[in-house]
Amino acid sequence: MRRFTWLVPTLYILFLMLPIYWLLNMSFKTTNEILGVFTLWPREFTLDNYRKIFTDPTWYNGYLNSLSYVVMNTVISVTAALPAAYAFSRYRFLGDKHLFFWLLTNRMAPPAVFALPFFQLYSAVNLFDTYIAVALAHCLFNIPLAVWILEGFMSGVPKELDETAYVDGYPFWRFFVKIFIPTIAAGIGVAAFFCFMFSWVELLLAKTLTSVAAKPIAATMTRTASTAGYELGLLAAAGTLTIIPGAFVIYFVRNYIAKGFALGRV
Amino acid sequence: MATKTQNSRAWLFVLPVVVLVAFNALIPLMTVVNYSVQETFGDNVFFWEGVKWFEQVLHSERFHASLLRQLMFTSIILMIEVPLGVAIALSMPKKGIGVSVCLVLMALPLLIPWNVVGAMWNIFALPDIGLLGRMINGLGIDYNFTQQPGAAWFTTILMDVWHWTSLVVLLAYAGLRSIPDAYYQAAKIDGATPWAVFRFIQLPKMKRVLTIAILLRFMDSFMIYTEPFVLTGGGPGNTTTFLSIDLVKIALGQFDLGPAAAMSLIYFLIVLLLCWVFYTLMMRHEAQ
Amino acid sequence: MSEISLRELRHSYLETPQADADWALKKMSVDWSEGGAYALLGPSGCGKTTLLNIISGLLTPTEGEVWFGDKNVTNMPPDQRNIAQVFQFPVVYDTMTVYENLCFPLRNRGIPAAEVDRKVREIAAMLDLDEMLPRRASGLTADGKQKISLGRGLVRSDVNVIMFDEPLTVIDPHLKWVLRSKLKELHQRIGTTMIYVTHDQTEALTFADQVVVMHEGTVVQIGTPVDLFERPRHTFVGHFIGSPGMNVLPCEIENGTPLFAGQPIPVGHAIAHRDGAERLEIGVRPEFISFAAEGIPVEIVKVSDAGRYSIVDARHGEHVIKLLVPEGDSLPAESAHIHFDPGHTQVYADGWMVN
Repeated sequence: MRRFTWLVPTLYILFLMLPIYWLLNMSFKTTNEILGVFTLWPREFTLDNYRKIFTDPTWYNGYLNSLSYVVMNTVISVTAALPAAYAFSRYRFLGDKHLFFWLLTNRMAPPAVFALPFFQLYSAVNLFDTYIAVALAHCLFNIPLAVWILEGFMSGVPKELDETAYVDGYPFWRFFVKIFIPTIAAGIGVAAFFCFMFSWVELLLAKTLTSVAAKPIAATMTRTASTAGYELGLLAAAGTLTIIPGAFVIYFVRNYIAKGFALGRV
Repeated sequence: MATKTQNSRAWLFVLPVVVLVAFNALIPLMTVVNYSVQETFGDNVFFWEGVKWFEQVLHSERFHASLLRQLMFTSIILMIEVPLGVAIALSMPKKGIGVSVCLVLMALPLLIPWNVVGAMWNIFALPDIGLLGRMINGLGIDYNFTQQPGAAWFTTILMDVWHWTSLVVLLAYAGLRSIPDAYYQAAKIDGATPWAVFRFIQLPKMKRVLTIAILLRFMDSFMIYTEPFVLTGGGPGNTTTFLSIDLVKIALGQFDLGPAAAMSLIYFLIVLLLCWVFYTLMMRHEAQ
Repeated sequence: MSEISLRELRHSYLETPQADADWALKKMSVDWSEGGAYALLGPSGCGKTTLLNIISGLLTPTEGEVWFGDKNVTNMPPDQRNIAQVFQFPVVYDTMTVYENLCFPLRNRGIPAAEVDRKVREIAAMLDLDEMLPRRASGLTADGKQKISLGRGLVRSDVNVIMFDEPLTVIDPHLKWVLRSKLKELHQRIGTTMIYVTHDQTEALTFADQVVVMHEGTVVQIGTPVDLFERPRHTFVGHFIGSPGMNVLPCEIENGTPLFAGQPIPVGHAIAHRDGAERLEIGVRPEFISFAAEGIPVEIVKVSDAGRYSIVDARHGEHVIKLLVPEGDSLPAESAHIHFDPGHTQVYADGWMVN
């Protein structure tokens, strides 16, 4: 029986790949072929859909917009979370447990609850339709997550490391930057990966907070889907392209992910 | 824990985080609370309404219906994804190139923007141009998720299983990898059956990660919005209108700010409450 | 219970071992007699655990056979070999009580409940675990958990051998001694063959009747603690056992007598000159060297006080020779002569003792 255990993950991966294959398949077809005939493989192989995306600024800007706010959010979240996670892992202070729990509750807040107030808040501070607005809004769920992951990694580093550094006469910030951060590099990698991931896949807030200048690629797609239903090939091509950054990121951090999961911190 | 030192300056360390999160959480939350107790007829004129909206929402059949749908959806996907994820994790390779291949391919759905997931499943499941739709109809089953409530539910659940089972797999796999070989060797020597190995070694060691997996899947599926919205738009009719979709319909579609805000708060409280109950139960069980 | 014999055993973790170094265990044949208390001693990475896992059946050897009595068990899985093993880190089933942990191997074998209960209580009493029986196993201290893993082996009346893989690693120092005496006592009481793997010579020498010393995948000597001390068969044994270890000095052989520094060194018996040996050495323990009126001239380099005796580092040419002088004995001035006890001086060719 054990000989056939490989079948389970294989079938599962096959199941995972099927819709992606279909998306890829469609992205290389012409609209006529999609609507006219049912084919498992593009008969008239075309790159027109991709060409359109890379030449039309409304498309490729969507891409750049998405990447901009995602990177911005990842940097902000991890930078802010580092000292906080350190405090939670090393010190006791007034209200620490409540604060930690309060942070985590924000991970549980349904974005739909916040969509409208966010729109009003960011309009009020004149940040509507900017990268920073989306980057800041995504902090709502990414900062708690980053603090949680980093706290897990930091608690795994013995306190003696800090003490040795102080005995050696390191001032706190130099110790933190020169010694501590390199020690938990894996944790920072994992935290950054998850911040990237959740900011990249979230759309409800990103769409609510942007109109033109910072509109994410995924939102551009939605427009196409709803207003121009016949451009399915284009939609498929754009969808395929949104998978690529994620795939890259996974490939580079694949060994760290398992480690991050192993700590039970996601 | 016992070795932590008391240090009130630690507040300086957490200040940036508190400011950023508070800006995003407290101000919108206050706005929501504000709306939830007032009535407006436009022009930014508001009247105090007390708990009227809360009463209205709690007694509304529409809210009951979406809450029920939401609970059903969440329980179904939990019942499928958790055992399936554990089963897949158990049968994954333990070393070699296969591990990386599995991890990378399985994590892929997790990194696809949620509306792309919805759109992808839309074109995958459409009965005329979709592979899945064609296949099911080819089997002689009449299937059209844009028209049949049953088919819509089936497709939404299948999509969620496709999208999120990997999270459970990755967590369970990490839990399994942390079990030292000696446990398996001891079990072999003690003559334990594969079932006993699972029941007395693997399951207890996975408990922590599985708790996290269930919590995460519970929270996220309870908040699900984008994927079903893109896939079915909440239809046919209201059959796949889950809480978030309903909320956005009321708030942005009908601009009924008061009821929407009251519903938001109730919704948020339900998530918090269920998470808290679940978490305390698990912890109490652990402490025994 | 039965005698265990390893015949022409060889093991490699590689698919196609070629060089000598590819073999984790080099060819060996070892017999373990019934009811013996053995220690398997050697530094980390010498193949101890590999050998242990081959006996328990967790590994199948690349070559050779494992026999339990008159049964060839080479390809038999661990649960059918009737063995028990205690691992380096305690293995207990966390969700079960201590009682259930001890029942586990018996229940898996379908033994009647009354019999299980009787046996478990008997063993629990033997291990001083009776008061903890209803407690959850996960809450116990490391030594308690190790007792449970041992107990899971002891409850079975059919065990051929109980094996210990460095079982005291995680135990507090002051409890190590207690647990070790308990093991010794148990061995005398139940008389099962026990194999105790360790890299700590004190543990090995105090526990075992017979010590098996391993080095780089080879069994270099099997013998009583006294044998290992007085007649180490390999220079490695001389080095590894004893503190400080044996002095090993290069020598030449002329007319059946070894020469060191141009001086003949008398040994207990005549030595035939071995052709082809690349390296000839004499070995003598610091305990068997004394100062004398004449002998090998040395210069005293260092004297360290080790309580009841002093360790003296004496130098002849480029060689440093250690010797022990009982406390209170006067030490000669800077230069002196030393004498090796002929009965305890051995000659080694390429590391192996020459008879």
